[in-house]
Amino acid sequence: MSAGLSIRGLSKAYVPGKPVLRDITLDFAPRGVTAIIGPSGTGKSTLIRCINRLVEPSGGSILLDGQDLVPLRGRALRLARRRIGMVFQEYNLVERLSVMENLLSGRLGYVPLWRAWLRRYPEEDIARAFALLDAVGLPDHATRRADALSGGQRQRVGIARALMQRPALLLADEPTSSLDPRTAVEVMELLTRLTAEEGVPVIVNIHNVELAKRFCGRVIGMHQGEVVFDGPPEAIEPRHLTQIYGGEDWM
Amino acid sequence: MSAALEREWTRFTPGQRIARWLVWLAVVASCVWAVRTIEVIPEFLLDAPEQMADLLVRMWPPDLAHYRMGVHDALVETLHIATLGTVLSFAMAVPLAFLAARNVCGVAALNWLANLCLVASRSVNALVWALLFVAVFGPGAVAGVLAIAFRSVGFVGKLLAEAIEETPRGPMEAMEAVGAPWGHRMLKGLWPQIQPAFWGIALFRWDINVRESAVLGLVGAGGIGVALDDAINFFQWDKVATILLAILVVVILAEIVVTRVRRRLI
Repeated sequence: MSAGLSIRGLSKAYVPGKPVLRDITLDFAPRGVTAIIGPSGTGKSTLIRCINRLVEPSGGSILLDGQDLVPLRGRALRLARRRIGMVFQEYNLVERLSVMENLLSGRLGYVPLWRAWLRRYPEEDIARAFALLDAVGLPDHATRRADALSGGQRQRVGIARALMQRPALLLADEPTSSLDPRTAVEVMELLTRLTAEEGVPVIVNIHNVELAKRFCGRVIGMHQGEVVFDGPPEAIEPRHLTQIYGGEDWM
Repeated sequence: MSAALEREWTRFTPGQRIARWLVWLAVVASCVWAVRTIEVIPEFLLDAPEQMADLLVRMWPPDLAHYRMGVHDALVETLHIATLGTVLSFAMAVPLAFLAARNVCGVAALNWLANLCLVASRSVNALVWALLFVAVFGPGAVAGVLAIAFRSVGFVGKLLAEAIEETPRGPMEAMEAVGAPWGHRMLKGLWPQIQPAFWGIALFRWDINVRESAVLGLVGAGGIGVALDDAINFFQWDKVATILLAILVVVILAEIVVTRVRRRLI
């Protein structure tokens, strides 16, 4: 099998008989940013969370670099998750820990418990954390507590934490939905630039079609658990948006 | 327009109003029933003020010299009982709290079992625990420490379990997505979130235990209660006054220390 992510016949029903995802089949290149757009409740988040198994798929397979993630359990699942970074809408930082410790939490899949306990993280992890703090524009914030940061700053820390994993794939679940328009653009800019530099493919759920068009090389439109558009942003026409979101009055 | 004006809003449905009225009726009825069945002996009630005044006169002035001759050591023993008992109770309560918290332990039977242990611990008063342990270990501080510990487990475990259950899921989810093993998730995802609650509970329970261990001596479980019991039995009311004053001072000091430390920690 080829490198990158490949989803085959993925389905998910939280309640039997009411599928949220219907037979999704998608292939992702090992580079570049892919946006998933669609109305609320259409299964975008479920799709993303099925990939790192925060949500249990009902059927189908998810291949990352040739390995099927769906049947993995316990330790094998943990080892697979180490290679998949995730950025959350609500940041999901540990509020009472410092920015540095939040970043180093990205290494918890690799670091033995006693080191985490005594905060004796490997030198190279600490060096990388400082480098990432510089890269996300928070060079002086290492010792500040996460709850002292603004929303935009928290999401920068969230991105840095995900990159600490040196992931083979980065998932972003509505990373800009809690941010103001300007900060949203800055965060998207940062996310796409850093992942391009590190050569990490990104799949991002996003509500804002304009942001998706501006930053993503590929857009997937979903409607009621099915893929109804898949192509480059230039190819999106009004009729596609009607198909994805339904109705025309809002445009 | 007129239709909107005619609409009426009432807070309760008729059924709810009847239910509320019945609850009030039940409250009043049970109070009346309680007063009528409780056996108050009028003679004792009537001369209570006199007795009280008599007691206070006998207590005054307190025999302060007595403090250094027996009260001080007993007081220190009481503090030791309270502190050791609190530490021991945490050793037992932390595992139980994890088992009782439904977001950490997914097995319903274990949740239930842990909660049963916590309720059992709470349902027995510290004095009763002390009686049990005096019977097993003989009179002395060991029985006191164990009594305090076993009584505190239920209290500490319940509050800790609630603190664990109330933590936001987000950070734990992020740790899971990172591929962190269970111990790492607890250490870096859960512990920082429950830390303020943990220390708050520890200080609060220690504060309670200082007061509780002061009476344990009445049943022979060590500490200042023994001195108090002796003084009362020999009708040495001026010594009783000294002991009560000493307990009051310690409780106030404990309160001050706890408030200060808590402000630092949270």
